[in-house]
Amino acid sequence: MILNIVGNILVTVGTVFLFLGALGIFRMPDVYSRLQAGTKATTLGALSTVIGVGFLQPEWIWKTLLIAIFIAISNPISSHALARGSYKTGLKPYMKKEGLDSYAEVEKEEVK
Amino acid sequence: MIYIYVILIVLAIIFAALRGLLGPTASDRVVALDNLTTISTAGLVLLGFVFQRFIYIDVSLIYGVLSFVGVLTIARYLEGGL
Amino acid sequence: MSRFIFSFVIFFLIWLGFTSTFHYQEVITGALLSLVLASLSYKSFTERGLFYLSPKRLFYILKYLAVFLIALVKANFDVAKRVINPKLPINPGIVTYHTTLKSDTAKMFLANSITLTPGTLTVDIIDDKLYIHWIDVKSEDPEVIYSEIGKDFEVILKEIFK
Repeated sequence: MILNIVGNILVTVGTVFLFLGALGIFRMPDVYSRLQAGTKATTLGALSTVIGVGFLQPEWIWKTLLIAIFIAISNPISSHALARGSYKTGLKPYMKKEGLDSYAEVEKEEVK
Repeated sequence: MIYIYVILIVLAIIFAALRGLLGPTASDRVVALDNLTTISTAGLVLLGFVFQRFIYIDVSLIYGVLSFVGVLTIARYLEGGL
Repeated sequence: MSRFIFSFVIFFLIWLGFTSTFHYQEVITGALLSLVLASLSYKSFTERGLFYLSPKRLFYILKYLAVFLIALVKANFDVAKRVINPKLPINPGIVTYHTTLKSDTAKMFLANSITLTPGTLTVDIIDDKLYIHWIDVKSEDPEVIYSEIGKDFEVILKEIFK
């Protein structure tokens, strides 16, 4: 009974954050901000949904934990690779104030 | 309750897919794709609970691993190191 | 030898997670497979082996997990606040973060944790500099950047990888 309630709460929180993450991808102005919103919100959303299902169905908990650990490790790595990749294709981050981009120097040196 | 979960996940997939369709550059589309795969990994586990089939969990695990490798490959390609 | 035992334990735990039963046939097959895999790959799988499993380090690892989970939840409410607000209050930029950690594994954990904490995303690591995309740049002063972004994690990571 308690497991059921906890599981339902976790799944609710998870799906709400998955939705907010997708909304963030839709609304943000450039690639890097989209990655920020997308990575954080969908990571917690997926973690919480998956573990919540584990609570609702206690004999599945081990495998769901394995999926959760895998998501927690793989998601930041892929977003980091995407951020680096899109910088190398020449996309500059959107800035309200100019000159807040310390990575540009590194890029310049590598071109030389 | 299950209807609410499914509606929220469908809405999430719609917004991410819209960004994938609209995205001005290739990177935007890949970011949307990356998030779509995470959303559908969680969605598959939830579907497994709804239909009471354990096999969906295995499918979602393998789907997660393969999509991670796929996104990494595309990122390396964007970087120009492939 | 300690590296071998460490990789054996990790592989065996993963096997148990995959099969999710404790039937004796499954357990024996898993043990044999993990032995073979560990003997083939222990050299490239881990650098220090059982080093991580001393009681003091286990305590710090648990503390790290707690700090990390709290930061993850905070990060999500932060993102939710920004996304729902119709004016989209952001002020993004890329800043340099100087780390004092030496080990590559420690740097990897630091970068991943920074990616999942409020408003920051690691773009690249070059030697001891981390380039971080910050969605709401508060200051460009290195001291402020250090204490705002990664101080909590770095103190604990230093204890784990000492």
